[in-house]
Amino acid sequence: MNTESISEKSLNLEALKNGDRHELARMVDLYSDKIYRLALKFTNNPQDAEDVLQETFLKAMRALPEFEGRSSLSTWLYRIAVNEALMLLRKQKPDLRLDTPNDDDEPENTPLTNDLILADWCCLPEDELLSEESRRFLDKAIQKLPATLRSVFILRDIEGLSIRETAELLGLTETNVKTRLLRARLFLRQELSRYFGERLKEWEQK
Amino acid sequence: MTGHLDCQHLLSSLSDFVDGELSPELCREIEQHLNECENCRIVINTLRKTIDLYHHQTEAGGLPQEIRQRLFYRLHLEEFLSRDSE
Repeated sequence: MNTESISEKSLNLEALKNGDRHELARMVDLYSDKIYRLALKFTNNPQDAEDVLQETFLKAMRALPEFEGRSSLSTWLYRIAVNEALMLLRKQKPDLRLDTPNDDDEPENTPLTNDLILADWCCLPEDELLSEESRRFLDKAIQKLPATLRSVFILRDIEGLSIRETAELLGLTETNVKTRLLRARLFLRQELSRYFGERLKEWEQK
Repeated sequence: MTGHLDCQHLLSSLSDFVDGELSPELCREIEQHLNECENCRIVINTLRKTIDLYHHQTEAGGLPQEIRQRLFYRLHLEEFLSRDSE
């Protein structure tokens, strides 16, 4: 988000608030790509992601006159996009709740050390780690996460937001974010270890 | 591998450790444990790599043209479509 705030300076906030259409078009071009990709990660569906993208800017354009600049414009747009994405996911899965109480207290949430896969696949060559097939696997693995964990992982580890920003965007406490982040990371590490562990075996046999 | 309790303890601080959010004392303690425990070393390294792979996975390349076009129409900004996307 740091890189964005640099380009953000080139936008004229007053013009945006006054509904200057040329400036609005510039804002859309500046952020639409990032927002679309964020939505795609959340929904894993291009049509849904496009809906989120359109709704985000429609809402933003309506709300801009009241934008007070307490957060940066990009954070503000992100917040709208995240809410839109979550709303859409909830519509598809009405029992989805981000703030499920006491999900962090369940004992089974911290895996035991004996359950961990211990393949040391870090040494695999880059072209193996970054192959088309690997990328598809990464995408699939993240979609296996429940939305409550996935959203935290996307914002913190893929988008690179801080714990505080992630908490703020999702309406969670920082402790909550940290607990979910740990679970999401461990889950994905396990999935990737299973996958790359196999690649490692093949590679070592070569 | 040293005592099991250490590994289990490390697991719960794992995220904070890779994010560099632990106190220097705790970090030293963990690093010492890592020197002696290969399994935990693997877990930490593969965890870091996992985060790293996801972080760098986001492809750039701009919004697909059709999607940009539909977006601009939906926002009634189609008159600005001809401008190259920045």
